[in-house]
Amino acid sequence: MSKEVAILGVGMHPWGKWGRNFVEYGVKAARDAIADAGISWKDVDFVAGGDTMRNGYPGYVAGSTFAEALGFNGTRVASCYGACATGAQAIDVARSRILAGLSDVALVVGADAAPKGFFAPQKGDRPQDPDWQRFRLVGMTNPNYFGLYARRRMALYGAKSEDFALVKVKNSRHGLHNPYARYRKEVTVEEIMASPLVADPLRLLDICATSDGGAALVLTSVEFAEKRGIKAPRIAAINAATPTFPNPILDMPYISTDSAAVAAPAARGFKPSIAYGAYEEAGIGPEDLDLAEVYDLSTALELDWYEQIGLCGEGEAEAFLRSGATTLGGKVPVNPSGGLACFGEAVPAQAIAQVCELAWQIRGQAEGRQVEGAKVGLAINQGLFGHGSAVIVKG
Amino acid sequence: MFYFRVVTKKTVPAIEGFFTMDPERPRLLGSRCKRCGNHAFPAEKVFCKNPSCDGDEFETVELSARGKLWSFSHNGYQPPPPYVSPTKEYEPFAIAAVELEAEKMVVLGMVPKPYDHTSLEVGMEMELVLDTLFETEEERVVVWKWRPAQAAV
Repeated sequence: MSKEVAILGVGMHPWGKWGRNFVEYGVKAARDAIADAGISWKDVDFVAGGDTMRNGYPGYVAGSTFAEALGFNGTRVASCYGACATGAQAIDVARSRILAGLSDVALVVGADAAPKGFFAPQKGDRPQDPDWQRFRLVGMTNPNYFGLYARRRMALYGAKSEDFALVKVKNSRHGLHNPYARYRKEVTVEEIMASPLVADPLRLLDICATSDGGAALVLTSVEFAEKRGIKAPRIAAINAATPTFPNPILDMPYISTDSAAVAAPAARGFKPSIAYGAYEEAGIGPEDLDLAEVYDLSTALELDWYEQIGLCGEGEAEAFLRSGATTLGGKVPVNPSGGLACFGEAVPAQAIAQVCELAWQIRGQAEGRQVEGAKVGLAINQGLFGHGSAVIVKG
Repeated sequence: MFYFRVVTKKTVPAIEGFFTMDPERPRLLGSRCKRCGNHAFPAEKVFCKNPSCDGDEFETVELSARGKLWSFSHNGYQPPPPYVSPTKEYEPFAIAAVELEAEKMVVLGMVPKPYDHTSLEVGMEMELVLDTLFETEEERVVVWKWRPAQAAV
């Protein structure tokens, strides 16, 4: 039996700061995905929603919130949360039901309406919550973690602020013609270097914004798509994984790492393990990728990903970027969509949006940002509290 | 007639049980699993994080008060609550991630004034201190911080 499922339809609501209810963004994306698939809402027998933590109870039960908004029709439902990896979990649940033969047509939807500024923890005095501890005791925001990793790159590999800025320059060009991107404007190294220092060594334009947005997929069995004569892009692997103990890398939202004194860390760190788990499942390697969508929460993090997903060796990412390999037209374009640099993060929608981009690329419909001959793509991210997310899409 | 009263603020920890309150010899308080010996900070109380261990008894241990700077960052803008600024006008501060050699773990902490991110370099020796996190009318709330080591051990 095939372990692959077909992406029959994709849809998105443009990213931005629209000031409306998240349900509107999700429903727009869902309707677009349903129309794109050439089916009707009544054909859907399963809805998986990506939860949002910032929009009250409807956000915690996103699956049924979207189903109700589209009109309750008795579909089975699931709601998932895994921080930035939320979307991949929702896709994984839908895939499992299809592969088990329990569902024919699944709709996956994620949407968010994000507040301005730093993501903050939930209100209240909760000294037991690591998310409370890091803000209260250390003043540790999300960009501070990105700052730590960036300073590590500078210390270990001699990375410069200009290297980080060049990631943004590349992504800002990639996203110029993406109708779903929030920021469609070229940015120069000088502009980035002149923007305020937010979390040393990262500046405002090195760090991704928080956005409103929505993304959706219609997934079916490969047979279902073939019966309709559609050669749809297929999901060949999903790795929504946790780390292994001891994790020696300081990850959000913790104030310390595990101790590596009683057991040695795995040879492969958490982030590489997310990618390689997916490669193994799909039976491919990094050399087979035509493109990748990686989670550039900061510019420097994109460079980390090049090494972690195996596009280049450790310490080589700056040279790899400067060679043009990850630019459109290069060996393996990274973030042809424009990435988070052009979108800003809409947490539960983002991993789904990454897969939408892979599908458009593989169908040859990524107008103005098309990777020529794209056949195999990887979408990857990591959410706080130990959530990995990697999806491989094949043509 | 006037009465003068010296107001001595009570010094309290920002969180219970995370560190000792001896300003001369501050220590972070972690846990050691009685079964496998795994160290953890914040201290484990209920279960051991080691997947090969089902230990549920822990002893409190003092962690190394010195270590090497693994990396650092700073906050150019005020973090959201529950962070509380010690000053009316927000002042940027640095954050250190320090690697403890014996425990093989990295622990975060703020960096006290007058140090800032320009005082720091990855790999330098750091030491634990107690410093004010913020003050209320009645209390001085203190927390552990990491500063560049002042003298050789």
